[in-house]
Amino acid sequence: MSVSELEFQAHAAESAPAGGGIEGRSQWQLTWRRLLHDKVAIASMVVIAVMVLLAITAPVFASLYHHGPDQAFTNTGTTSTGAPVGPGTHGFLLGTDYIGRDLFIRILYGARISLFVGIVTTAIAAVAGVGIGLIAGYFGGWVDTVLARFIDTVLAFPYIVLALALAAVFSPSLTIVIGVISFFSWAGISRIVRGQTLSLKEKEYIEAARSLGAGPWRIMFIDILPNLMGPVLVLATLYIPTAVIFEATLSFLGIGVPEPTASWGSILSEAQNYYTVAWWYVVFPSAALLITTLAFNLLGDGIRDALDPRTERIFAAGKRGRRRRRRLAARQGTSPLTPAELGE
Amino acid sequence: MGMVRFLVRRILTGIVVLWIVSTGTFLLFFTRPVAVVARELAGRGATPQVITEIIRNLGLNQPLRVQYWQFLDRTAHLNLGTSYLTGVPVKTSLAQDLPITASVVVGGTVLWLIVGLGVGVLSATRARSLFDRVATVGVLAGLSMPAFVLGELLIIGVFLPLNEHGISWIQTGYAGLSTGVVPWVGHMILPWITLATIQAAVYTRLSRGSLLDTMGEDFIRTARSKGLSERRVILRHGLRAALTPVVSQLGVDIGALLGGVIVVEQVFGLPGLGFESLQAIDTGNLPVIIGFVLVASAFVVVANIVVDMAYALLDPRVRIM
Repeated sequence: MSVSELEFQAHAAESAPAGGGIEGRSQWQLTWRRLLHDKVAIASMVVIAVMVLLAITAPVFASLYHHGPDQAFTNTGTTSTGAPVGPGTHGFLLGTDYIGRDLFIRILYGARISLFVGIVTTAIAAVAGVGIGLIAGYFGGWVDTVLARFIDTVLAFPYIVLALALAAVFSPSLTIVIGVISFFSWAGISRIVRGQTLSLKEKEYIEAARSLGAGPWRIMFIDILPNLMGPVLVLATLYIPTAVIFEATLSFLGIGVPEPTASWGSILSEAQNYYTVAWWYVVFPSAALLITTLAFNLLGDGIRDALDPRTERIFAAGKRGRRRRRRLAARQGTSPLTPAELGE
Repeated sequence: MGMVRFLVRRILTGIVVLWIVSTGTFLLFFTRPVAVVARELAGRGATPQVITEIIRNLGLNQPLRVQYWQFLDRTAHLNLGTSYLTGVPVKTSLAQDLPITASVVVGGTVLWLIVGLGVGVLSATRARSLFDRVATVGVLAGLSMPAFVLGELLIIGVFLPLNEHGISWIQTGYAGLSTGVVPWVGHMILPWITLATIQAAVYTRLSRGSLLDTMGEDFIRTARSKGLSERRVILRHGLRAALTPVVSQLGVDIGALLGGVIVVEQVFGLPGLGFESLQAIDTGNLPVIIGFVLVASAFVVVANIVVDMAYALLDPRVRIM
């Protein structure tokens, strides 16, 4: 692009009518607009926001009900035979657990742990995954060979086995849980980032950056990274529910966050022996977990669709699109079928 | 020729991977003080003499270097040692557990591929239809569910009510194939459904997306213009090419599948490899743990080789190098 052209563009931009005129939209703005049209994605965002809010305000509810998260109510919270009491009994909104603790409050506190684990491990995995994937893809050669093999090994490993062994050796704690989940999550992100980097680094604009004297780190993090943010964002959104499920599974196997701290997984793990006598003990925590993971999964799908400009075309090829095109064509007096539909 | 070289190279790397994994497990285990392990094995109320005795009997008092060397030597001769607890050779108990785990894995995988691919193909051929939308949300719900929650819900919702009404075909626990195919399926069906439900989502989305992409290719137009029926175009030409990403995902998921098996065996009370290894980890029974880890990793390595070969069969453009 010549200098005069740039000047011309700058001039055109200045002289464009302010407000109401043609407005440049960045890729992210376009994506955001598409996402806002997706009702399912909006609903998912609302659900996630509510969950986060409930998790943050858990102590407020605890003081409102005067029920601490680990406080056992042996008199009011259990029946005379020692079984949990049902929802609505003695002021326990969702009933109690096996030693008479308020299930509602425990689920709220469980949300804190489950969401915290989900988000923190995903953040760690994303940073490590992007870094390692970029390095492997950009440098290539033996660096790539070593890193790619390592990624494959981690991906192919029966991770629960190692998680179990680790937890057996170091006594279970929140740190171990976060460490184990992060360690088995970064590789998937790395693999995608590596693949994308391999193709991006051959693009002309990278060559241009290099010929301007940019070093490898600058190219990787300033020039390539922004182009990877889309897929990484989608992956991260989809990894959060996976991590939440992973934590729940570790707790179920007895190697998760230790007692008495509540997490959704630990509540469900305790509930195992009570599902014939106390349905609420299983149903409410599973519902909290399912609603949250489903919302993250649906949101991830929505973001993926919104990032993909082809989505609109696929949509246009559907029934509504065809009808719309037919109406348009009828008005213009042309064939209602697209060339593609005629040709195939 | 290329095939043989490929196989030799992959098997050699596989052995290296197995060595790394077993050494890792071995070292990890020994970060725990020997006395703790011995005390767990001895049970509650054991005298110090008993504990010392156990340590000596198991050879745990020797330097780590010596123990590691003995371990490598044994393993190289395919001797996995004997269980600390029962004295039964690990190979024997693994051989006992393997059919159970294999039943879960094979049946679950078949069901999961049928459901995953079937729904994916139907969704792709009816993109954006009601079926597609319902299927998308349905499989996502499956993906959003931890295996143990689904397993327990199946027990509460299917197993218990059916057995209350005297229908005892569906069972938990295990019945071998020797008791007949029908009881075997009855015992296995809930574990299969559990595994298939949590895994199918990924395959539905993959095959749907991949088939949608493939159906836009030139060779599909060629196939259609030859006058082939739509069913034949989709199944013989479209699906075959669309399967490549699905197969590569399969290689990745086998590790995850084994994790799922541990949970499923635990929920349904199946005394398979996962069940046994959980117990072994609880009691610090190192030979059994390493035996399980080795079998599991060998399975992953072999499965990945098979997957890479299936690649070449599916897509003639892929050449094994």
